[in-house]
Amino acid sequence: MRVTFTANGKPVEADDVWEGESLLYVLRERVGLPGSKNACEQGECGSCTVYLDGVPVCSCLVAAGQVQDREVRTVEGLADDESGELGLVQQAFIDAGAVQCGFCTPGLLVQTDALLEQDAQPSDTDIREALSGNLCRCTGYEKIMDAVRLASARKCQKVGHSE
Amino acid sequence: MSARTIQGQKNLQDINQASKDGIGGSPLRPDGTLKVKGEFAYSSDLWHEDMLWGMALRSPHPRANILSVDISEAVKTPGVYAVLTHDDIPGSKFYGLEIQDQPALAKDKVRYHGEAIAIVAADHPETARRAVKKIKVEYEVLTPIVTEEQCLDPETYGYVHEPHEYKSHGYGNICHEQRLVHGGGVTDEIRALADVIVKGTYEVGMQDQAFLGPESGMAVPAEDGGIDLYVATQWLHVDRQQIAPVLGLPEEKVRLTLAGVGGAFGGREDLSMQIHACLLAQRTGKPVKIVYARDESFFGHVHRHPAKMYYEHGATRDGKLVYADARIVLDGGAYASASPAVVGNAASLGHGPYVIPNARMHAIALYSNNPSCGAMRGFGAVQACFGYETQMDKLAAELGMDPVELRQLNAMAEGDSMPTGQVIDSPAPVAELLQRVKDMPLPPPLDLDNLDVRTLPGALSNTSHGEGIVRGIGYSVGIKNVGFSEGFDDYSTARVRLEVIGGEPVAMVHTAMAEVGQGGITVHAQIARTELGVEQVTIHPANTEVGSAGSTSASRQTYMTGGAVKLAAEAVKQALITKGRQRYGWTQNDIDLVGGKVVSESAGVLVSMVDLLGDEAIDLTREHHHRPTVPFDKETGQGFGHVQYTFCANRAVVDVDVELGLVKVVELTAAQDVGKALNPLSVVGQIQGGCTQALGLAVMEEIIVKDGKVRNASFTDYLIPTILDTPPIPVDVLELPDPNAPYGLRGVGEAPTVSATPSIVAAIRQATGIALNRIPVRPEHLTGTL
Ligand code: FES
Ligand code: FES
Repeated sequence: MRVTFTANGKPVEADDVWEGESLLYVLRERVGLPGSKNACEQGECGSCTVYLDGVPVCSCLVAAGQVQDREVRTVEGLADDESGELGLVQQAFIDAGAVQCGFCTPGLLVQTDALLEQDAQPSDTDIREALSGNLCRCTGYEKIMDAVRLASARKCQKVGHSE
Repeated sequence: MSARTIQGQKNLQDINQASKDGIGGSPLRPDGTLKVKGEFAYSSDLWHEDMLWGMALRSPHPRANILSVDISEAVKTPGVYAVLTHDDIPGSKFYGLEIQDQPALAKDKVRYHGEAIAIVAADHPETARRAVKKIKVEYEVLTPIVTEEQCLDPETYGYVHEPHEYKSHGYGNICHEQRLVHGGGVTDEIRALADVIVKGTYEVGMQDQAFLGPESGMAVPAEDGGIDLYVATQWLHVDRQQIAPVLGLPEEKVRLTLAGVGGAFGGREDLSMQIHACLLAQRTGKPVKIVYARDESFFGHVHRHPAKMYYEHGATRDGKLVYADARIVLDGGAYASASPAVVGNAASLGHGPYVIPNARMHAIALYSNNPSCGAMRGFGAVQACFGYETQMDKLAAELGMDPVELRQLNAMAEGDSMPTGQVIDSPAPVAELLQRVKDMPLPPPLDLDNLDVRTLPGALSNTSHGEGIVRGIGYSVGIKNVGFSEGFDDYSTARVRLEVIGGEPVAMVHTAMAEVGQGGITVHAQIARTELGVEQVTIHPANTEVGSAGSTSASRQTYMTGGAVKLAAEAVKQALITKGRQRYGWTQNDIDLVGGKVVSESAGVLVSMVDLLGDEAIDLTREHHHRPTVPFDKETGQGFGHVQYTFCANRAVVDVDVELGLVKVVELTAAQDVGKALNPLSVVGQIQGGCTQALGLAVMEEIIVKDGKVRNASFTDYLIPTILDTPPIPVDVLELPDPNAPYGLRGVGEAPTVSATPSIVAAIRQATGIALNRIPVRPEHLTGTL
């Protein structure tokens, strides 16, 4: 089958998609967006998290056909399109040392982005709750907490300034 | 190099971004930007328009004879390009890290659940999966040999490797064993010197590395008949050493380039998909990519050895250890992997960082029909630490002493002897590390009136509102060796090139070190910057075009490859200064490179590096070997076996819901001596990550194996700590230089994984009063509903 959807603001289409293919597979293997990662393909690790119509989902659990005519935003879409400048959350993860092997990072970035969209100043417990579906095997999560707090602080500062 | 281009190959670790700081600073990782943009090419991201997908058929039985394999239906499946079995292997049929006992594809028998029997290459992973299903194997299923009793009685239960099979190394089903006798050993006379004796039997479950990036890579056939393999591994050269003979190729025709690695923790020391992808590429003439699904990953790599341990300690009334005795039985599973070295570690480190006048040890690894076990972070020291630290708590209780004081009373220090007779010739601040974690402020007590239930055990499941919650505190300390031991000529190679690019002096560092996430490339750039006084450093992709770097394991890479980078950079610096002396006739003895200039303390700036270098590049390669070690004596375990030791202490605070058996670690504190923190940010990150894997082993992580069959090969069923399970981990870093190591540094990565587990279990014990002799601790152990 053919699947057409929007990925990071651009229309994409994938041909000869087999019915059982996941959105994750289509993104990674068919439309050249391998940023979302394949760690469990069971909805347990969150490495494959993308926005689907603005809502974070595990793309390994979404059938390719389900995204017909919908909007997908992946980690590749978090940086500024034109300048290529890193998004706030991306920069905070680098600065805080929250990236080790980095395999969990794309999913965590999308999930964190979504969290801060909803609540720019989450408590530690809120952060832990929001990110509890994203496994990281390397960091022990401390630096990830630091990164989210840093992104939150920077976001609030930015909002504060523009107001 | 193949003429084909592979998407992803370009940005594979091609890290050109420069950062500014030298050692001791915390510059950001050079691969960080690619990683947060989703552009870093992990081994599972490689793509070629002409590529095929490889997949293996795996045995559903832990022990069976293979009567026949029928591939005829599979071959006929449209889209299938090749189906290969043992008979199709062009070269040697077996490989292995230490003992060549593992068939590349099972021959006439399978020895563990998940062993690969045949491999398929097809145009879509789903086609490959369907073809795999069509391969018909006729088995004669045999009763698996899985318990210690069965393994040790081959006359009754049989052999995992028949005695006439050339692969077996030890005897019977014993893969390797190591004994140790220290002081007067453990005899009735020695026992009589002790006022109190404590004994215990302990068990450790099978832990998995559970790195997130699945085993994967791509093999590309080259025009010269060789193979280019892009793969996530821990040691490119040792992979090649094992792959080439199986392919029937000389080593130089098998070229490996490191693809992005999504964590390793020991699980990538052994081969997984490498040979299979290469065989399929060789046969089909096309690039072949293999990416394990998570369940296949559980079958495709070796795990941490489960252990049964017996410990006995005797002490005087005032708490001085008189003797220690232990027997450690590690289940090595079907193939040897790194078991012999794991046994060596368990035996030599198995009595912990304590001064013990008399000691005895017997450590063995068994061959069984359970999954193979090998390297995992902590490598043989983890299991033992749970044993000896539990004993320390028991002894303290028996003596009515404070558990930290008892440990400090017996803690080893510089100048003391290991039970192997090796004198510790660098700082060993065991007592101080314990004091440091003890002195750190405690988290506030549970405030039942002001409670966010999400912070309680059971957290989001809303299982409790604070009733039945008890808090406990536990301590532990551990010891780990750094680098390869027992006479292994451990070395690493680095190439450093200095040249002028764009009007600036730029250093390039080329090694075969596997960056697996630990941050080694950041540190290499820091070293080059420090030694050469330049800002810009680029890291060449790791491949087999440069000499071996050894494995990214045993906490050795900063020491070994960092040391090699230092040597090569120093050589480049000397060559540059010599060049200047020849050209300008400098006679000063105090010449150095600083800020892109050649300077002399007495005479000031001599010349800029740019002017001195001109169009010339200085390109030098150096090897770094650590000082020699010797194998342990088989019977007495004596010998200078380890090159360096590293120590970490922990304090755990836990809340336990004693009604439901749920545990929440509230805080896990660590203090570690790192000799010199080359990159403090990375050092702390490593310690926190190591502590979290230890937390996993303490309370949740275990591959459940029943009658040789794996029951939980998925992230749904194999639990690793989430951010909700992981508490704040305050880290106190101590820097006491080791005079024998580059910059005085000490390996960092493993010590916290060794030491942190027992502190958590001790805290649960303190909260509940339950003995807890087995890890992971499960709810049923706490509620008595086993
Ligand atoms: S890969 Fe989708 S949740 Fe793990
Ligand atoms: S950084 Fe490796 S899994 Fe998170």
